[in-house]
Amino acid sequence: MASDSIDVRYVAKLARIALTDEEVERFGAQLGDLLEHVRALEKLDTGSVAATAQVIASRNVERGDDVRGCLDRETVLEQAPQRQGAFFRVPRIIAAE
Amino acid sequence: MSKETIESSAAAIAGRVGARELSAAEVTEAALGRIAASDDAVGAYLTVLGDGAREHALRVDARIAGGESLPLAGVPLAVKDNMCLTGTRTTCGSKILENWIAPYTATAVQRLLDAGCVPVGKTNMDEFAMGSSCENSALGVTRNPYDLSRVPGGSSGGSAAAVAAFEAAIGTGSDTGGSIREPGAFCNAIGFKPTYGRISRYGLIAFASSLDQIGPLTRTVEDAALAYDAMAGFDPMDATSVDRPVETAATHLRRDLKGVRIGIAREFDTAKLGAESHACYARAYRDLEALGAELVEISLPTADYGLATYYLIAPAECSSNLARFDGVRYGLRVEGDDVQAMYEATRAAGFGAEVKRRILIGTYALSSGYYDAYYVRAQKARTLIAADFAKAFETCDLIASPAASSPAFEFNAKSDPYSMYLMDYYTIPFSLAGLPALSVPCGWVTPEGGSSPMPMGLQLAAPLFEERALLGAAHAYEVATSHATRHRPRLAEVAK
Repeated sequence: MASDSIDVRYVAKLARIALTDEEVERFGAQLGDLLEHVRALEKLDTGSVAATAQVIASRNVERGDDVRGCLDRETVLEQAPQRQGAFFRVPRIIAAE
Repeated sequence: MSKETIESSAAAIAGRVGARELSAAEVTEAALGRIAASDDAVGAYLTVLGDGAREHALRVDARIAGGESLPLAGVPLAVKDNMCLTGTRTTCGSKILENWIAPYTATAVQRLLDAGCVPVGKTNMDEFAMGSSCENSALGVTRNPYDLSRVPGGSSGGSAAAVAAFEAAIGTGSDTGGSIREPGAFCNAIGFKPTYGRISRYGLIAFASSLDQIGPLTRTVEDAALAYDAMAGFDPMDATSVDRPVETAATHLRRDLKGVRIGIAREFDTAKLGAESHACYARAYRDLEALGAELVEISLPTADYGLATYYLIAPAECSSNLARFDGVRYGLRVEGDDVQAMYEATRAAGFGAEVKRRILIGTYALSSGYYDAYYVRAQKARTLIAADFAKAFETCDLIASPAASSPAFEFNAKSDPYSMYLMDYYTIPFSLAGLPALSVPCGWVTPEGGSSPMPMGLQLAAPLFEERALLGAAHAYEVATSHATRHRPRLAEVAK
């Protein structure tokens, strides 16, 4: 199992969470501690074991291609943090140039 | 209405409402009165429905007047705040959803309403159901009704406390690693997690999708069975809901345990829980035997790996599920210079420390180069844990164990995250295997330094889909021992 210490800033970037310096330090120590605990799994021989995908027998579920009711647009949009007409409004994604 | 009525079981309330001795409106008024008297001290609810509850009650009374027979007529219902109820605030105990109003109702909640329940409020919880004490809620403090200086457990601590304080007769909970069973144990309640897939999760805000399961918190096993019978069954709106007939449980409650083989795992040494707890569980096992059960020693050699396995799988799944909270479609948004900065600022302000920790560990475990070493290895360990249970159930019908590692502890007693995780040592392995399991009161222990006896919980678990056998046996134990009624919540000083 990997033994690298966790690069909290990099992982926080992947997770889209801004962290303060204090959080980087605190979470780094706590996550390092947790990783030490989960390394106990190295003692289990899992070489020939199949990974669990689901705990009960299940299969893909497909529904018929039928028109069904759904939430109306206004109900959904009225809780948007920002909207513009019938759309969710977000910060600019594509550069102006 | 008398104090006895609001403190009676859901079954008794429904019986009297069904017989028109009482109206749902009267019961609802009594429940709202009890909430007004005691919930400032307990803090079980984040939202009390008031007039919304009264409207529901009038509809129930109209249905009764129309000749309908409702198994849970007029029963006051507390809904955990990660379950949608149309038109009510549904916060998940998080700032990121603090003002979100559910536009639809969760299937499990709807089925309880169809059965006659009256929703009186939405209950506090650890943020996104991540915690074992309710202390991780961003929106309120919930106290244990049996000692207000102690936690109610979690994550479904609000529902457990509401039921314990007679502020509802049924509470809904969700259980990922122990979040129904542990607060049930802490609050002298029945906390029941059915088999994975038995109850639809449509309308439950997801934490870890391969583990999450909804179930009831109640004061009696019969009430848990009634709530389960109402909620269980296939739902086309949840692709993981099991399409398999549900055997009703409330009609098969037992009075003895003759012919039942109960496994006691040699790995679960209760001596390490302290002398009083050890004696409590030893007596519980003897009481099971006295009811006719045959105690069988079993071995669960991989159960000790449960915590490590869970704390990779659950965070990995949560890091994926919580990606949807990005400030775009609903919930909190904190502006930033560009979209990336907006995401990061929103999630920084919206999530609390425990949620951030779990998203980070999950993101790490799923990230390139680490996926096989952590997530896949944990899923393999999970296979071994489930196989241990399957083998154990070849020689026993049920498994008995402690439901939590200690009685309810004081606030701020578990500042180190891992010490909090250890509370769910006994519940997590069963969750990983998808098994149905419940906590039933099994005695009282005064914790070191405590002033009140606190309730203890016995965990009983069954093979997949054996809810009927599980509830039936728990009922026999409950009726024979009557631990739950030995002490009352210490609310006399608040509910004058």
